[in-house]
Amino acid sequence: MSKPVVSDDNFDRAARRQLILYAMGALAFLLVLMLGLSQAARLTSGAVGTFNGAVDADSKAITIYLRDEPPLLDSMRSTDVVSGTVLGHVSEGLLRYDERGEITHGVADHWQQDGTLVSFHIRDNARWSNGEPITAHDFEFAWKTALDPATGSQYAFILYVIKNAKAANQGQLPLSEVGVTAVDDHTLLVELETPIAYFDKLVAFPTYAPVQEAFYQRSNGRYAADADQMLYNGPFMITSWVHGASLRMEKNPYYWDAQRARLNVINAAYITSDSNTLLNLFKDGQIVVADLTAEMLEEAMQRRWQLDRFMDGSVFFMDFNFREGRLTRNRNLRMAMHLAQDSAELVNRVIKLPAYLPAYSLFPVWLDGIEKKFREEYPAPRYPRNIPLAREYLTRAMTELGLERPPRLVMLSSDTPVARIQAEYYQEVFREVLGMEVLIDAQIFQQRLAKMSAGDFDMVLAGWGPDYNDPLTFADLYASWNLNNRGRYQNPALDELVRVGQSSLDPRERMDAFGQIQRILHEDVVQIGNYERGIVYATHPQLKGVVHRVFGAEIDYSYAWIETEGE
Amino acid sequence: MAAYLFKRLLQGVITVWFIATATFFAMHNVPGDPLSDQRAVSPAIRANLEARYGLDRPVHEQYLIYMGNMLKGDFGISFTQQNREVNDIIREHFPVSATLGILAITFAALGGILWGALTALYRNRLPDTVIMLLVILGISVPSFVFAALGQLALVNLNAFTGVSLLPVAGWGSISHMLLPALVLGLGTMAYLTRLMRSSMLEIINSDYVRTARAKGLPPARIFARHQLRNAILPVITVLGPAIAAITTGGFVVELVFAIPGLGRYFVQAVQQLDYTVIMGTTVFYGAFLVFMVILVDLLYSWIDPRVRLQ
Repeated sequence: MSKPVVSDDNFDRAARRQLILYAMGALAFLLVLMLGLSQAARLTSGAVGTFNGAVDADSKAITIYLRDEPPLLDSMRSTDVVSGTVLGHVSEGLLRYDERGEITHGVADHWQQDGTLVSFHIRDNARWSNGEPITAHDFEFAWKTALDPATGSQYAFILYVIKNAKAANQGQLPLSEVGVTAVDDHTLLVELETPIAYFDKLVAFPTYAPVQEAFYQRSNGRYAADADQMLYNGPFMITSWVHGASLRMEKNPYYWDAQRARLNVINAAYITSDSNTLLNLFKDGQIVVADLTAEMLEEAMQRRWQLDRFMDGSVFFMDFNFREGRLTRNRNLRMAMHLAQDSAELVNRVIKLPAYLPAYSLFPVWLDGIEKKFREEYPAPRYPRNIPLAREYLTRAMTELGLERPPRLVMLSSDTPVARIQAEYYQEVFREVLGMEVLIDAQIFQQRLAKMSAGDFDMVLAGWGPDYNDPLTFADLYASWNLNNRGRYQNPALDELVRVGQSSLDPRERMDAFGQIQRILHEDVVQIGNYERGIVYATHPQLKGVVHRVFGAEIDYSYAWIETEGE
Repeated sequence: MAAYLFKRLLQGVITVWFIATATFFAMHNVPGDPLSDQRAVSPAIRANLEARYGLDRPVHEQYLIYMGNMLKGDFGISFTQQNREVNDIIREHFPVSATLGILAITFAALGGILWGALTALYRNRLPDTVIMLLVILGISVPSFVFAALGQLALVNLNAFTGVSLLPVAGWGSISHMLLPALVLGLGTMAYLTRLMRSSMLEIINSDYVRTARAKGLPPARIFARHQLRNAILPVITVLGPAIAAITTGGFVVELVFAIPGLGRYFVQAVQQLDYTVIMGTTVFYGAFLVFMVILVDLLYSWIDPRVRLQ
């Protein structure tokens, strides 16, 4: 602005007056626009709910959040936790998990196993949400459809214990050869491949839930895509589902156990995974339960919220690559790394997330043994951190491998915040204690899996979540035939023990086998335990009886009730 | 005019085709694929899945099939939400993003023009200094910070007053929209304010304004017809891309305020390598951007008769 600005008060005053006029015009325009947009918002959201706030004692309704839009509510193909949580409320298998996490009767009122033959009796008053009775045919149809190669179900393998199921899923046998038959409307007969001791626990898995054939065919490939494209047989049913926005569940009047559900409405009005947003919604009294991160704990304590913790069942660990030519095949090198680190330090001083536990075994602490917890009956052997010994093992490893300097290794990890600090912890510890350089290869989930399967790593930070409540769900992870054994660890002795765990019917013999697997994994330093994941959450003071569990719905409101001031 | 429009539309189609092709091959060259899951699937199950999605064919064949379907307006079925067509996802979630985006862009445009004009009138005086300081803040602070701070302020305000003045998050009425739209539009508003201010100052010193004043035209008329109208032109130019950016760039705001918009699907699809959703949203947004740019050029000639389209 080289020229002097021409200015006179008269002009400026007039201009300002004009500007104010425009501003008022703009405001009026904005108001009209907002009126129109409000209408549009109502149309795109559906009915958000008739009440405000987290709990409504009069209508027995609660508001919750979902971490994500449920990706797939088709029980035959569903694999994820969010869908599993919703399915846990609106569908039920022959058997299910109760509020204490024990197996109990669901649609079947009794069942018996005789060697490879299992028969289930379906209760007379079990009904679908359209009032039609649930029959044995609904189970036969669902199981065979899940096994049909054309369905492309990722969890079809969980049905492989049934006779000919695997062959049928691979297209080698027709589905009619699969060992499941509806003898009549109330009797389902299952023939197993071999006698197994944990079939009851498998049957509680969502893939084993019933689906009505007539309804499925009518839905024309869109089964479970919308609230009215699905039949329900759980204590609740979905009455409205606006994708990405809200999902409303109401009490199912046809559920056989009318006493069970004490709430009338569970309204998932918010779908987001942002933990700050969830905390803010909880503070504002809009949702009944919120998970807390470490930074939020102090404030939560000050506010005297009702806090609980819960282990979600998953175990995280560092896997080694045992493929030909990898340095990590050397036991002394693995031993050196194991002795250099300390998972308690990782959990308590690095990750610092509440409710996490250091992992000392592939088998988490909550697993049931014969009478007590598995880990009480078979304590996990440990190598306490020992830096001089770690260095000694490294020297031995270097001699055996013919190395002059400590090796440079690649550690694959995911790119989540926890995985990153975890990777950095190990990088630092190995550098400091062993003088070993570790290259962190942080990848998004899908790419990490691709690299794991291809064996493109020396170490990988991985984890495992259980499918059913039996140590076998962890124990077969390092079997030579298991595709999830991505480091390709091979040990005939371990394979033999896994076979015992799979086929033996004697609980003592099975648990002993699992105890031995735990010992082999320890002695052979097959993995370095990181942590068992836990969650700390706050609950609305009026809401009681919310169940968190490892199996079935991760969080279960079907037993919950609202306590009113008077009680 | 018609010939011009035809030429522009043709260019647009070629641009969109190019975007689709580049995205398709880039996406297929990323290691990993949408079918991998934590649990390794057996080769048999994997083959079933690949056959279901047509991933068992060579990439160039998949490309031809995809392009054929795209011309028919079929973007396929999502990999992560295996029951939903990409068309449904766009149809259900774009209106949400658009609704929020319209309010955000209105905030930004009206705010930017008015604040810009105001600062120009008060140049180098206190209101100008204060507003320009806020503008620098608005441009440099990313929207997720404003989103988090805004939400926190709202929670404290609600707690302080004891009533829920505005909802903290969610979707369904205008009250759900006010804060997210403001946060979403803030950056653009700040940018437009600065643009408007400098463009106003340039015109205040121009010859035709001096002539108009010398002729003795009423000041209000000079301000409105000669200054504002001409100063708005650069603002209109950036508005087109800004609209596209705001309706696509809402990922963070949509996540923080639990708004069921398309921005979330757009970003999550990339993280999950959901091939069909990546393609669908990218092509859709690409076409949208091209369309907005053409629209702005048309608008330009209407506002400023000096601009001729040919």
